[in-house]
Amino acid sequence: MESEIFVKAGLLMKDKNFEPKHTISILVENKAGVLARISGLFSARGFNIDSLAVGETDDPTVSRMTIVVKGDEKILEQVEKQLNKLVDVIKLGDYIEIPHLERDLALIKVKADKNDRSELLQIVDIFRAKIVDVADHSVIIEVTGDEDKIEALIRMLGSFGILEMSRTGIVAMARGNNSLTI
Amino acid sequence: MEKTGAEIIVECLEREGVEFIFGIPGGCNLPFFDKLYDSKIRLILTRHEQGASHMADGYARSTGKVGVCTATSGPGATNLVTGLATAHMDSIPLVAITGQVRTDVIGSDAFQEADAIGCTRPVTKHNYLVKDVKDLAHVIREAFYIASTGRPGPVHIDVPVDIQRAKIEFSYPEKISIRSYSPTIKGHPLQIKKALELIKAAERPLLYVGGGTILSGATKELRTLAEKANIPVATTLMANGAMPFDHPLYLGPLGMHGKYSTNTAMQKCDLMISCGARFDDRVTGKLSSFSPHSKKIHFDIDPANIGKSVAVDVPVVGDLKTVLKELNDQMPEKNHKPWIEQIKEWDKKHPFSYKEDQGKDPFIKPQYVIQELHRLTKGEAIITTGVGQHQMWAMQWYPCKYPRHFLTSGGLGTMGYGFPSSIGAKLAFPEKPVICIDGDGSFQMTMSEMATAIHENVKVIVIILNNYYLGMVRQWQELFYKERFSASCLTAQGGRRTKENEPDPRSLKYIPDFVKFAEAYGALGLRLTHKEEVEGALKQALDSKVPVILDVIIHPEEKVFPMVPAGAGLDDIIVDMA
Repeated sequence: MESEIFVKAGLLMKDKNFEPKHTISILVENKAGVLARISGLFSARGFNIDSLAVGETDDPTVSRMTIVVKGDEKILEQVEKQLNKLVDVIKLGDYIEIPHLERDLALIKVKADKNDRSELLQIVDIFRAKIVDVADHSVIIEVTGDEDKIEALIRMLGSFGILEMSRTGIVAMARGNNSLTI
Repeated sequence: MEKTGAEIIVECLEREGVEFIFGIPGGCNLPFFDKLYDSKIRLILTRHEQGASHMADGYARSTGKVGVCTATSGPGATNLVTGLATAHMDSIPLVAITGQVRTDVIGSDAFQEADAIGCTRPVTKHNYLVKDVKDLAHVIREAFYIASTGRPGPVHIDVPVDIQRAKIEFSYPEKISIRSYSPTIKGHPLQIKKALELIKAAERPLLYVGGGTILSGATKELRTLAEKANIPVATTLMANGAMPFDHPLYLGPLGMHGKYSTNTAMQKCDLMISCGARFDDRVTGKLSSFSPHSKKIHFDIDPANIGKSVAVDVPVVGDLKTVLKELNDQMPEKNHKPWIEQIKEWDKKHPFSYKEDQGKDPFIKPQYVIQELHRLTKGEAIITTGVGQHQMWAMQWYPCKYPRHFLTSGGLGTMGYGFPSSIGAKLAFPEKPVICIDGDGSFQMTMSEMATAIHENVKVIVIILNNYYLGMVRQWQELFYKERFSASCLTAQGGRRTKENEPDPRSLKYIPDFVKFAEAYGALGLRLTHKEEVEGALKQALDSKVPVILDVIIHPEEKVFPMVPAGAGLDDIIVDMA
């Protein structure tokens, strides 16, 4: 039964046109225009960004960006080299063969009448998500996890009718001693 | 001491040793120009900002120093973009300073406002918008440092007019450090060792030399390597002069319009040693058939160039001069006589050549004009070019004796580059002959700078190889578009001609009349239609006390050969039409 849910959710399916994704973290100068430099580089060189998340670090002069790139290893190599060339990029790291965590946070507003709520609660429970807002005809679900988990939840919620969704994009960090710092 | 932003800019430029600044004033850089009025920096007022950027570029390429140009906000800044992109593609150190509208109106669509740093971001190595006068001196210091180190490139600084007027207690930042910027200079010893082993083992090695060799100042080290290990040298367009043209190990240029022998050597070598070259598509042709039998060593200061288009066996990241020095110290003497003899055989089979015009009233051959120029100047003049057929003929027939003597827009292919860049180079080297070999199409793109040349007393020579066409476009249309000359003819309505309705260009009125154009500015203009006139006219030009235009009428059907068609492999080189 549970495996059926996951198959339905797409977790066990393999996409034939699968394009590998790579997660890169970069430390950049926390200055105006840096985001434009990074995004401009991707568009100018034809690289595909799957997601991009930015935030300040413990050092207010430094921001950390996590970028998920689509493409083979050759493309990833060029992406990393070109990013490293930008004067405002201080340090770059990827997670190839490095044990690490990836987290994405999503807020999903789903159509839900009284009758739907118990089934919704069950699903939310399986995914260790939270209902953070309830209205007469909808609920907002907050979920954190890696991309697969969030994609799976989105598929499950599809039958209820998704009204609105907002995702942060992936943030990542290596486990243990392996740290990306200046 | 308290100083205004404008005073700070001028003082910083003076301390960087800037000799010339090329540009045009306007509303948003007036405070800066007001301070330049009292400066010892020589200000060159150009007629268009594109001219300013190319002049700064010509100065930078010929001297190796940072070129500086300036413009006002809005259209002034956008006019600089082509010049910055040109410098960016060829890794030329420039600093461009533009005015910007007041900080409190930025973003309000103010008069002459443009998002200048947004425009220049993809075509510069780095750029800045200075929003606080206390950052200004640091930014200028950083800009010069970034422009001139690592893989050089243009840096743009946008300074709002109120920042130029703002006052601050000023002290010059003697030292700067940029935590996020540290180019690799020394090559990795292990990689150098691996390169050494490959060179020792090679039987048919070839040095594939690019513009980075000149930028790094590594031509002496290159020569030592070539001589010690007895390796023949082929150059890209950008590296004309990296090896003296008369050196026995120098083969000539590579690529789309390079020599049959060098391209064949590239295909047959068992070791390719790439020095400061980036495997440009105009050099490699079709990648899948490019130099298939060779091991490849790639020396480059930019790690992003490694493996970008061609996989290499031994990459060495670092400054070429430093790396080659280390390599040469360990290099044993080698001998590759049979291989070099073989290449010379290929060269004898298909050297650069041209046939005299067999017509009743023969045209001047463009190749002959350049050959004569080479003879009269001993290959020691500074040559600049526009982009197109004349540029390729210049590369083929004016192999240079020295580095930094062949200034051409290789990467971006900017028509109109030649004339203003010759002015920049001549200002730097007033005693040397500086000759712009141009096309009639290219020259018209920036010819307004003749006023600058006259006013600044810059005695450059422009040789227009005038075929009444955008000649390279015409060549492609003749070869690949069924001789339908769409918008390439410069003497026809809509530029439209076919081969059938092509008159002898000498019977047509060319607009403008370049001789009268020269005279209108007070330059010397001569039109050349016959071979016998060439030598005398060149001598007269070289002795002239004013700028010169030689309008050399050549045949419209003249083509550049050899040619590797775009997308074809180097093996498919077309030697000539016959």
